[in-house]
Amino acid sequence: MTKNLKAKGPQTIIDKIWDAHTIVTREDGDCLLWVDRHFVHEGSHHGFAQLKARGVKVARPDLTFGMADHYVPTRAGAELQQPADTRRMIRQLQENTTLHGVTCFGEGHSRQGIAHVVAPEQGLTLPGLLIVCGDSHTSTHGALGAYAFGIGASEVAHVLMTQTIWQSRPKRLRLRIDGTLAPGLSAKDMALSIIAKIGTGFAQGYAIEYAGSAVTGLSIEGRLTLCNLSIESGSRLGMVAPDDKTFEWIRGRPFAPQGQAFDAAINDWRKLPSDADAEFDRELALDASEIAPTVTWGTSPEHAAAITARVPDPADEKIEVKAEAMREALDYMGLHAGMALTDVKVDRVFIGSCTNSRIEDLRAAAAVLAGRHAKVPGLVSPGSATVKRQAEEEGLDRIFVEAGLEWGGAGCSMCVGMNGDIVPEGERCASTTNRNFKGRQGKGSRTHLMSPAMAAAAAVTGHLTDSRALLEGRKS
Amino acid sequence: MKPFTVLETPACPLGLVNVDTDQLIPARFMQTPRSQGYGSFLLHDLRRDANGDLRGDFPLNNQRYRDCGIMIARKNFGCGSSREAAVYVLVDQGITCVIAPSFGDIFASNSIKNGLLPARLSESEIEELLAEASVIDGRPIRVDLANQKIVAGNRSFDFEIRADWKKQLLNGWDDVDMTRSYAKDIEAFVAADAGARPWAKPALQG
Repeated sequence: MTKNLKAKGPQTIIDKIWDAHTIVTREDGDCLLWVDRHFVHEGSHHGFAQLKARGVKVARPDLTFGMADHYVPTRAGAELQQPADTRRMIRQLQENTTLHGVTCFGEGHSRQGIAHVVAPEQGLTLPGLLIVCGDSHTSTHGALGAYAFGIGASEVAHVLMTQTIWQSRPKRLRLRIDGTLAPGLSAKDMALSIIAKIGTGFAQGYAIEYAGSAVTGLSIEGRLTLCNLSIESGSRLGMVAPDDKTFEWIRGRPFAPQGQAFDAAINDWRKLPSDADAEFDRELALDASEIAPTVTWGTSPEHAAAITARVPDPADEKIEVKAEAMREALDYMGLHAGMALTDVKVDRVFIGSCTNSRIEDLRAAAAVLAGRHAKVPGLVSPGSATVKRQAEEEGLDRIFVEAGLEWGGAGCSMCVGMNGDIVPEGERCASTTNRNFKGRQGKGSRTHLMSPAMAAAAAVTGHLTDSRALLEGRKS
Repeated sequence: MKPFTVLETPACPLGLVNVDTDQLIPARFMQTPRSQGYGSFLLHDLRRDANGDLRGDFPLNNQRYRDCGIMIARKNFGCGSSREAAVYVLVDQGITCVIAPSFGDIFASNSIKNGLLPARLSESEIEELLAEASVIDGRPIRVDLANQKIVAGNRSFDFEIRADWKKQLLNGWDDVDMTRSYAKDIEAFVAADAGARPWAKPALQG
């Protein structure tokens, strides 16, 4: 067993944070890493059960935070209709965190919401931290320059017991996106078009650093959306180097360092970005000007295309396995090759999830919906109680309600349907979420992934629609 | 955890690409306590038709593969959500090895913690294995972890597995016990880190 004593040349941000958290390097290269923040949710009950079986307590309750998100009701009065098993999941989180002295933003708490929305907005997510959570979209926190990744239940138990985790050093991938996004486009279009281009398995085994002018040009909310979808290209984590925009966004948030301590932290954080000559295992460059408003047509996030395109024809796919997967996807989705994507009618819309439920997302949807009426029903679920309050202060809730959409509470909601908010079988949903897998939003549900503006546009017209057409002449 | 050494059992030629963890276990079953067993949830919706009846044309429903302990799939098996329940459904059904060209990172790591071997073959080898008569007929194939070999009929394949995962599976190691043996190193790290990164602690509690 040796400590990592290798002389350090130029380093990537990935290596810098890794090294700062390495406790032990095993002979096979695996490292025991220190965990700065661990977020647990209702689904973490398997992890707590393992603690109970061993009769041990949470090692560092001060670095562990409970967030009720996967099972909480997001519709008014829905808790009364939730089955007993669902209510038990929510209660169990509260009981487990109380038992172990862990702070919990449970159901009804003023800071409650989706872990990946709440932690950044509360200042729990900071540059240079190592963050884990039993949820694959933990990559979201990388947007602030944190090293953050999703873990399984056994790892949750391990972190609860030791505040550490064994990992092998990932390969490093730098994804540069230079140029300027066209007006009316968002980080969601960027992320979906990247996945469509490189495929869902491309980044397996890699940690991604997103770089380039189009990435640094994104707002923090946009960067959170981009990093959120890293797992959909196969990578456990994606990050953006922290910059002044990051620091100003974090400044003053409740759990972040305050005053002089914050300024001292900034001095340390400025050392995090990759050194100029740092080497990556793989580099890829994309042009932002080629990105169009993007929607998915199939059952994998890589089944995505520009809204101006047609449903692709499996007959044009040379690789038979891929063609077969396309045929199956089209069959499940009830679409046929060659039809214009804008002819695809939707039955409902969902605006929410850890991908797109922040204030900026709600503003983008409201900009399209203001003064209009939705042709189909829809649910808008803010990412946190905090986002909900802010949206209501800005009057966004009235725009949604006047458009005929339902203004809900904060949680994972219809993205994964665990709380009972599902897309009925056979129905088609324009959704701002992250996965269009078969049955993801409920058994037999059909999901089209898109940005908040695009989901709002689909609500207005009743079919997939280029949101830019509805924004013409409006202030963006 | 029980060590994984050699497995000799029929292999189900699932053959699908991008089998995500929402397919392996739909979210609605995940409230179930593990003690009740997760095996019946394995690929629950894919196995059934619109009426909820088992589809005769789905490999896992074929009598030949009823007692399979191995599954063969195409690329990107176990992509998507981090739910460890996607491994529980396999293990509780008696499947302790999945052979595929690539795996979702979190799924693969969860597999190791539950004694399930994620064995990688190239895409062309997977095609050969799926076409192999002994596999199709539901005769046992042999997976030897120490030698990283899969033998099916007269064919033999060398599979890939991360060295650290191989060691862990062969020994049936428990992570927590291993980590506890480094308690002193952890203590030293925490002491040094408090000075190096004073900003790393939450400024507020509760």
